[in-house]
Amino acid sequence: MSELKSIKTLKDIPRKEQFAPGHRLCAGCGIPQLVRFTLKAVPDPKIVVNATSCLEVASTIFPYTAWKIPWIHNAFENSAATASGIEAAFRALEKKKGIKKPKIIVFAGDGGTFDIGMQALSGALERGHDFIYICYDNEAYMNTGIQRSGATPKGAATTTSPAGRVIPGKQERKKDLIGIAIAHGIRYAATMNPAYPVDMYNKIVKAASIKGPVVLHYFTPCPTGWYFDPSLSIEVARLAVQTRLWPLYEYEDGKYKINIMVRRPKPIEDYFKLQRRFAHLLRPENKWLLDDIKKDIEENWKRLLRLAGIEA
Amino acid sequence: MSCKSNRNGERRMSVKSRRIGLNGDTAVAYAAKQANVDVISAYPITPQTIMVEKLAEYVNNGELDAVFIPVESEHTALSAAVGASLAGARVFTATASQGLALMYEILWIAAGLRTTVVMALGNRAFSPNINIHCSHDDLYAVRDTGWIELIAENVQEAYDLTLQAFKISEDKKVLFPSTISLDGFILTHSLEALYVIDDAYVENFLPPKDPVYPIDPNNPITYGPLDLQDYYIEHKKLQDYHFENSYPRILEIFQEYSEFTGRTYKPIKTYGLDDAEVAIMILGSSAGTARFVAKKLREKGQKVGVISLTLYRPFPVDKIKEATKGLKALAIMDRSLSFGSPGAQLYMDVASALVNEREKPLLFNVIYGLGGRDLTPDQVEYVFKKAQEYAKEGEVKELKLWVGVRE
Repeated sequence: MSELKSIKTLKDIPRKEQFAPGHRLCAGCGIPQLVRFTLKAVPDPKIVVNATSCLEVASTIFPYTAWKIPWIHNAFENSAATASGIEAAFRALEKKKGIKKPKIIVFAGDGGTFDIGMQALSGALERGHDFIYICYDNEAYMNTGIQRSGATPKGAATTTSPAGRVIPGKQERKKDLIGIAIAHGIRYAATMNPAYPVDMYNKIVKAASIKGPVVLHYFTPCPTGWYFDPSLSIEVARLAVQTRLWPLYEYEDGKYKINIMVRRPKPIEDYFKLQRRFAHLLRPENKWLLDDIKKDIEENWKRLLRLAGIEA
Repeated sequence: MSCKSNRNGERRMSVKSRRIGLNGDTAVAYAAKQANVDVISAYPITPQTIMVEKLAEYVNNGELDAVFIPVESEHTALSAAVGASLAGARVFTATASQGLALMYEILWIAAGLRTTVVMALGNRAFSPNINIHCSHDDLYAVRDTGWIELIAENVQEAYDLTLQAFKISEDKKVLFPSTISLDGFILTHSLEALYVIDDAYVENFLPPKDPVYPIDPNNPITYGPLDLQDYYIEHKKLQDYHFENSYPRILEIFQEYSEFTGRTYKPIKTYGLDDAEVAIMILGSSAGTARFVAKKLREKGQKVGVISLTLYRPFPVDKIKEATKGLKALAIMDRSLSFGSPGAQLYMDVASALVNEREKPLLFNVIYGLGGRDLTPDQVEYVFKKAQEYAKEGEVKELKLWVGVRE
């Protein structure tokens, strides 16, 4: 049995793989890295509950499976509910039959978390089930063809928030998932990004060490839905952090910590110009929207600094 | 109670029972407690609430060693129940009406993933308009989803069927979830005297769950994968095959329980069918009213009978063919509607079960009791009279008859 162990460099990551190659996720997709890291960082025994999503359809098409550990897909909106039931069952069976309770990991996309799965997640967090909830956020319903979700950022073009002549892309802000999770009184929540693998790995290790619900929010670049070359995935992910758009931070027992301090942020245009979903924001007629987004980013960064007790 | 012999003539351990007074909800909760469930996952809805409250009380007082998940919706109630059942636990949930409708998506998943969830339904009408009283809308909404459906006529049956439901669902020749229906308020909230088996004897009939392919990190399985045009239809055919094949096993378990307790359980109940010319078919608590009227009419020399169902899914086609043989007219009474259909749900079931029979009774559909409207003996008598009229004339004048409705 492997043990919980944080790492210093990428070389320290265990070699053992429990997510087999041959799955059908796109080239450049950030999800496989999340899954491989999670299965390495969380010790056995463990099981995965997967919401209907890209990961679900790409990793299990019958009669194949990429999963070397128990994996359960119930429906779209109920992965946290399914995890609640499994956790409760093992709690009962551990007491009555001495069966060791495995760690339960949920993988759900942003649609399955921010939108349709929000109620089930809220219920499971409030009830305090012992599980790790990981939302992999590619900022739209990618599995059904790039429709806008509550996680789609302001300004982004999707198939249901197109960059039109009158309305240029999504006009609403992204929900604050970590804020919502923390409001349930959970002990640990954090954001993760594939361009910062050591930070990401250690956050999963930390999450696995905590009894009770934890929420991890993972930024996953989507070449198919964001329209960029798959070879640029990590570059796009890194820029999201370096522009302060996607701050890497964690919350533990009442304390906030910014893990990657971005002192001199890169211009957000550097991030936007790599992805066609944002192309319209760089046109002069949409400057008002670009300025608005810049203001949001700055306000959010200041808010985090305040929460982390850092003078701006 | 005395010793009973089983089919092989072997004598079984005699069962000690005692007679107590419980309402339907409490009787179901009591049976779930005696079944020593591992997980209860439920959300309150009238008229099911007492079940949930009772079970929470049993757990919090240490009378039942189980985990009670106080979920935030019925959708989660059944979703969590599915997870818990796959993990190997014996699981109970309960709902009614709107709650069942909210679960609808997961009903199919609970059956298709071969869980053994047992769910009680305090039968209640669907909205609109909102109504908390009895219709059979919810039990009919389950009929296509792959659940075993049991229907109680009184509180004793609600208790007995709950114990049998666990045995049926967890049987290795079945492995499908079960519902037990009991009429909202009429049974859920009515106090009746019933026999309950002493705790020490329950396990003789219902041993702990021995799960098939439970979630086990030492034996990893992928549950609920993507399944497209290259395999889906084979999986559905297999599910259909196994569901149909659960029928003989259910009959055996009924038989076993009947011998165990001395109370007879069969998929259908018949009254006066030996010589009846016309009959009523009806579900749930109203069957007693129908029999009461039939008895009165038979005393006057009228050849009338009553058929009621204890098992609704799988539909006991053979027993219904057998029971309706020789009848001239059959009134099929539905406490529900199926808008735009040839008739309501039970009518369609029976009509399709009999369609290829050479000799079959004239069939007509009676709609009654929606939203808790009482079915009176006078109305039942009127239905018998109509059936006799149609039988005599050799044709059904009015296929869909409403009783107890203001004109």
